[in-house]
Amino acid sequence: MGKTIAEKIFSQHSGEDARAGDLVIAHLDFIMGQDGTAPLAINSFHEMRGEKVFDPSKVAFVIDHSAPSPNEGVSSLHKLMREFTSKQGILLYDIGHGVCHQLMLEQGHVVPGDLVIGADSHTCTYGALNAFSTGVGSTDLAAGIISGKLWFKVPETIKFLCEGILPPGVFSKDLILYLIGDIGADGATYLAAEYCGETISALDVEERFTIANMAIEMGAKAGLMEFDEKVKKWVAGRSKKPPRPVFADPDAKYLEIRKYDLSHLEPQIACPHTVDNVSPVGQVEGLPVQQAFIGTCTNGRINDLRIAARILTGKKVSPGVRLIVAPSSRQVFLDAMNEGIIQVLVEAGAAIVTPGCGPCVGTHNGVPSDGEVVLSTANRNFKGRMGNSRASIYLASPATVAASAVTGRVTDPRPFFL
Amino acid sequence: MLLNGKAFKFGNDINTDYIISGKYKFKTLDMKELARHVMEDLDPQFFQKISEGDMIVAGSNFGCGSSREQAPLAIIYAGIGCVLASSFARIFYRNAINTGLPVIECDTSKIDEGDLLQVNLEKGIVLNRSKNLEIPITPLPQVMIKILSDGGLIKHFQKYGDFNFD
Repeated sequence: MGKTIAEKIFSQHSGEDARAGDLVIAHLDFIMGQDGTAPLAINSFHEMRGEKVFDPSKVAFVIDHSAPSPNEGVSSLHKLMREFTSKQGILLYDIGHGVCHQLMLEQGHVVPGDLVIGADSHTCTYGALNAFSTGVGSTDLAAGIISGKLWFKVPETIKFLCEGILPPGVFSKDLILYLIGDIGADGATYLAAEYCGETISALDVEERFTIANMAIEMGAKAGLMEFDEKVKKWVAGRSKKPPRPVFADPDAKYLEIRKYDLSHLEPQIACPHTVDNVSPVGQVEGLPVQQAFIGTCTNGRINDLRIAARILTGKKVSPGVRLIVAPSSRQVFLDAMNEGIIQVLVEAGAAIVTPGCGPCVGTHNGVPSDGEVVLSTANRNFKGRMGNSRASIYLASPATVAASAVTGRVTDPRPFFL
Repeated sequence: MLLNGKAFKFGNDINTDYIISGKYKFKTLDMKELARHVMEDLDPQFFQKISEGDMIVAGSNFGCGSSREQAPLAIIYAGIGCVLASSFARIFYRNAINTGLPVIECDTSKIDEGDLLQVNLEKGIVLNRSKNLEIPITPLPQVMIKILSDGGLIKHFQKYGDFNFD
């Protein structure tokens, strides 16, 4: 019997013939922690009587969730991270570098075939590079940086076979929102998701990140994709590590194969307060918006900002709307400056904030008020997510958010792409 | 291990932001302080209502969302004895076991708010004493039983210095 991508990666990293359902102890290629989870992991590291990180070159911490620090409590946690990383000789991406997942990808820490854990649920993003990456908590992170290993239950795999080319004005964000709406917020719990087919192949690697990023929003442990020339090229320009591509066997066993024709997909929107509460944008069109947010590990990359700039060139953000833009990394910020995108966004009336997570997780940089409607490119719309449980958060693509910022109401962006 | 407590009922998809809001969890490592805000966005009085050993009872996908371990820790420090749900999100489930919070997967549709429950982990049974009903529990994987019986992953590492499931 053949193996899935997940079964192969766990076999290679555990030295066992790993099959779905097996429990394995596997070696880790890279480990990441951020400022919401690393401080607790540092405490656990000491409580576990850890002395040295197993391999300092395979660990990075990122200060992105509250960056720069909004209060003294956070400052002391950041200080703890700075002292620990300095003492252990591990890489720290301090404030301004950007969102952890963007850094892990663009700085070349992950290559195809890797097994990676991160103490952040959206660690599944790197699956788009044909790596198995999954989110863990602080104690698992501590055990990982002490031992270089972690125990895993090898997941069964559910395959999403996506056919058809997305129409103009419809993006990978719309695709993943549609899939989550179809299968539900717990539709892939404990499972690895494999996203493949013509639709995925046609997307750029950075557009694929948006899909893998949201695998966790259907409950999945990982959001895996196939290795191809696009991935090979993307990784070659960023990492010195040799890629070890992993291909599913033709006779691999899948729990389920779901087929989709996406050639007529409409722009999608996730309505409050769950990510699977998805409908076509048309059904919510006209709803007044008070805050629009473009950024995050889901949709804060250069191609996302290009789309926003295309819509906002020569236009103004509607009075009554606050448009907040957070480039997902310093490199994205620099690229956007070089391309004139930042000029376009600022002239349109956008407020640019430090690369990082702030508004998405409600720590600072854009907490909405009671009763307000927020339209965001993020991955979660839970009640209270942005720091106020009396606000309503809607999720959509950067195109839908930018178009709605111009009109002041939820707007189908397709007319901007005719 | 016998656990006794009163049921506090919640719905499906109780996410980690509901369990402990991001606006608190990024600020401090003081779990007693975080515990005061547990489930606050769903029930502002929750922390005042509960007594030591009481149980959270929910529907499907409990603990979905972020990987924050502050979620199970806030529940533990609030004095909750265990969480029963018809299913759990994966990362929360791992974090609960790692921090020593018993998580019980069972049919929760026959439990109502205020029911008195007794959980028998060895026998794999929840007794709903208010309704005189026995509800079977989905068994935990061996690795998780080992970590729970060591008192969580920190104590497991204190004991063995590494993973040890032999």
